Amino acid sequence: MNLSHANYRRAVAMLAVAAALSAVTGCHKKDKAVDPSSLGPMPAPPAAAPTATLSADPVAIDLGQSVVLNWRTQNATVVTIDGIGEVPSNGTQTVSPSSSTNFHLTAKGDGGTTEANVRVTVRVPVAPTNNGDSGDMGSEAAFHQNVQDVFFDYDSYDLRPDAQTSSQTAASYLNAHKAIKIVIGGYCDERGSAEYNLALGENRANSAKTALVNAGVPASRIRVISYGKEKQFCTEQNESCWQQNRRAQFSMDR
Amino acid sequence: MNFRSERPLTHLIRFTFAAAIMLSLPVGLHAQDWFKTETSSGVSNIRLAVADFKGVSATDPQTLPLKHTFDTTLYNDLSNAGIFDLISKSMLPQASPGAPAEINLAQWGGAPASAAMVAFGAFGSSGGRITVNGFLFDAKNTQFPQVLAKQYNEQASDDMARQVAHRFADEIIFRLGGGVPGIAETKIYYVKIGGGNKEIWAMDYDGANQHAITHLGTVSISPRISPDNSRIAFSSLGRDGFQIRMYSLLLNRPVSFPSAGGTNLSPAWSPNGRDIAFSSSRSGDPEIWIADSNGGSVHRVTSFRGPDVSPVFNPKTGSQIAWISGRTGLPQLYIMDTDGSGVSRMTDGGYATSPSWSPNGQFIAFAWDRKYGPGAPGGQDIYVMEVATKRWIQLTHDIGRCDFPSWSPDGRHIVFANTPGGRSSSTRIVSMLADGTGRKTLTEAGADMPNWSWK
Repeated sequence: MNLSHANYRRAVAMLAVAAALSAVTGCHKKDKAVDPSSLGPMPAPPAAAPTATLSADPVAIDLGQSVVLNWRTQNATVVTIDGIGEVPSNGTQTVSPSSSTNFHLTAKGDGGTTEANVRVTVRVPVAPTNNGDSGDMGSEAAFHQNVQDVFFDYDSYDLRPDAQTSSQTAASYLNAHKAIKIVIGGYCDERGSAEYNLALGENRANSAKTALVNAGVPASRIRVISYGKEKQFCTEQNESCWQQNRRAQFSMDR
Repeated sequence: MNFRSERPLTHLIRFTFAAAIMLSLPVGLHAQDWFKTETSSGVSNIRLAVADFKGVSATDPQTLPLKHTFDTTLYNDLSNAGIFDLISKSMLPQASPGAPAEINLAQWGGAPASAAMVAFGAFGSSGGRITVNGFLFDAKNTQFPQVLAKQYNEQASDDMARQVAHRFADEIIFRLGGGVPGIAETKIYYVKIGGGNKEIWAMDYDGANQHAITHLGTVSISPRISPDNSRIAFSSLGRDGFQIRMYSLLLNRPVSFPSAGGTNLSPAWSPNGRDIAFSSSRSGDPEIWIADSNGGSVHRVTSFRGPDVSPVFNPKTGSQIAWISGRTGLPQLYIMDTDGSGVSRMTDGGYATSPSWSPNGQFIAFAWDRKYGPGAPGGQDIYVMEVATKRWIQLTHDIGRCDFPSWSPDGRHIVFANTPGGRSSSTRIVSMLADGTGRKTLTEAGADMPNWSWK
């Protein structure tokens, strides 16, 4: 939106300049009152310089995730992006860089060359150190690898056997990284009633918290928030989507 | 004033006990998904004619549109009241009597109108004021026909034309409805869904005048208006989850209410306005707690593993609470005394939520999915249960998911949230008579959790 708006303003500005120029020349010519048709073909106006913008969404990803590049150019005949090659004058492309990358776009036109850059940061997970460094926050990726969201059966807040196992993994990671505080979000699928689901989400988050506390993580490091069905991960109306929404989500509390 | 007392009394009885009569039908009726109740009470409604008011000072160009608003609102209010057979305007005499001297009662009492009562009067506007003279005449009493005469003088605006019509309608309903005040001047508070946020909104009882109350930019739910219409309690998502919040309608701003740990939601006012019951997980498990209306002297009422939410006081006595508990699995409707004793389970299965206790204390309306589960037939509908007998009737059928019923202060209407399309974005607010008839959609899609004011 901002891009096209900026371009539009630029176009308006150029039109204004052109109008002003013609007005000035008009003044000069007025004295002589020359018939314009006797002047012959006008010299071609100088070609406008190309414009180019390049953006990435998101600008930071974990290794293996992808990012969408989005570019817009004007007045360009050849547009290239390093590492991708020649591309249309406007477009989007999904890329999965394996390390942090500067994407560089070159737009060549009759009016010159314009460049645009965007940097995509790739977070590469660092293997957790097991030396018991209590000040280590660990990386976001390592956190999510070890502390995984747990999912619940329909209208239930009891931990399933698989969640019991993942809670053990999570607890040992959290015990090895004592600087990490976490917040557990409780979620429900869209069926059922909003108020009851908020209480159910609270019970789900509390079940996940209790499992961690029982495995030795101090309760003071854990915050619990129920979102009920007010926030949804998935909005389809089918069981696989509902299952996605019946969860306790772990995130680092900053 | 000549006032026939038998008729209003029968109507009082009808409305207080019509539901009781319906509920005392054999339990076998539960198997039927449909039954009509509007003719089962054996009492006919008062046949009422509402004349278009006589426009006076018609030189003022404002008069005609304002009079149209007034006439339409008055007709709709009396039609919505549920205690009248409103005579179609096409059957009425071609006359707009503006004063008692101008009405020919025989014309109104005779066929085809055959009115028992006639509401009429004069509507004028001049100098930025509207003046309304309203009368209610008993068409069958030729000697002393006047039942009611009211005069109103207000600022000339579309909103005031509607308000004056509401007031006059409520006077008529009060006189002919067995002394139960009408609801035309009441408000409905609700949740407006938009842009990922939910704000608290308010509207008139008929869906007019919809406007925002809060602008908090977060998810605010479960608005509950205080009995004196001065404050709205609700629950709002902040950094630490849902907390009880309070908004003053006198100051037009949020006022402080202490927050606590855990999820705090579904506030409910005691009928004297001094206490608030709500669900809180400050001690771990979501339980019912009671605080005073400033959040002080807070204490826990329930203590049982599983979600406990959506408390509501018995508005007649203030000494009982109905609420929803998941202590045995799926959520069920329970009642208890306010000290936590005398717990009684009301529903025998399914998925029951969102109780609303009727103003006379006899009934609880709630949302119920009786055969809950994947692939089960039926859906979530509005039900009314008689507290003393636990007998129930189903009020909505096959219109999509229904939730959050709320009684009108006269006990004759129920407003609720209806989701016709299955998606929560299609949720809208609908009102109906307490027997399930007279359904009216009050809002567009994007409105939820209605709460009817106490007066």
